[in-house]
Amino acid sequence: MTIAWNQFTPWGALVGGLLIGLASALYLLGNGRIAGIAGIVASPLRAMFSGTSLLPERTRLLFLGGLFGSPWVWRLFAPLPVASVDVGSLGLVAAGLFVGFGVRMGNGCTSGHGVCGLSRFSLRSLANVLAFMGAGFVTVFVLRHVV
Amino acid sequence: MRNLIALFSGLIFGFGLIAGGMTDPAKVKGFLDLFGAWDPSLALVMGGAIAVGVFAFAAARRRTRSWTGDLMEIPSSTVIDMRLIVGGVLFGIGWGIGGFCPGPALVAMGSGLGSAWLFVAAMVAGMLLHDRIFKSR
Repeated sequence: MTIAWNQFTPWGALVGGLLIGLASALYLLGNGRIAGIAGIVASPLRAMFSGTSLLPERTRLLFLGGLFGSPWVWRLFAPLPVASVDVGSLGLVAAGLFVGFGVRMGNGCTSGHGVCGLSRFSLRSLANVLAFMGAGFVTVFVLRHVV
Repeated sequence: MRNLIALFSGLIFGFGLIAGGMTDPAKVKGFLDLFGAWDPSLALVMGGAIAVGVFAFAAARRRTRSWTGDLMEIPSSTVIDMRLIVGGVLFGIGWGIGGFCPGPALVAMGSGLGSAWLFVAAMVAGMLLHDRIFKSR
């Protein structure tokens, strides 16, 4: 293992992390909810496909609206950082299917189990985080250094 | 009020992901490439978020209701079972392939990144497929 010092952005990462923490704190203390993105996406989706009312989902939809709209507001003040994707369409579809299926099965993702779960010292969340981090490390190792 | 809180939470969450560089799948993969040239940035993003989160959850535990008067919905399950672990592993495989997890993908989608739209469409399909097979909550 070598550290990619030229890629490492400690200050941006730390500020970004603090903002994510603040947003989760606001949602938790303000609305009494966990800011877990997988759950916030899945819940209105379920309502939509089961034909029940979307009205109880409106706070979740607004949270998603804020996420979706954040780059637009950001662009008013600063240019967005570049994003580069190194997989083709087939890879993206496979990635999406795995992520969607996995976060539903494990009941959370990087935000729900990662940020919120670890913040409340949940062993259940830690187990999930170790599973997805481990699988992520192995997957990138295989794709970059084996195949 | 709760609508405004939700909107602002989402907005600030998105700013955090952008500031932390997490909307760039290449950067996320740089973190996951533990055995290559490793970029530890993602660990600091999570560390920073948890540093604030620890205080938020400590404060939340002392309350029964939120500022807007809703009951606090803090997960109570402590079950560690196969679903939790297999779900995590499947998520990790997808995360490693694409470099996207749900939050950053939605922000990248908002920024107009075509790949993120395709990823999110597949992610939604994956969620629906899971719920169809397991008919769970």
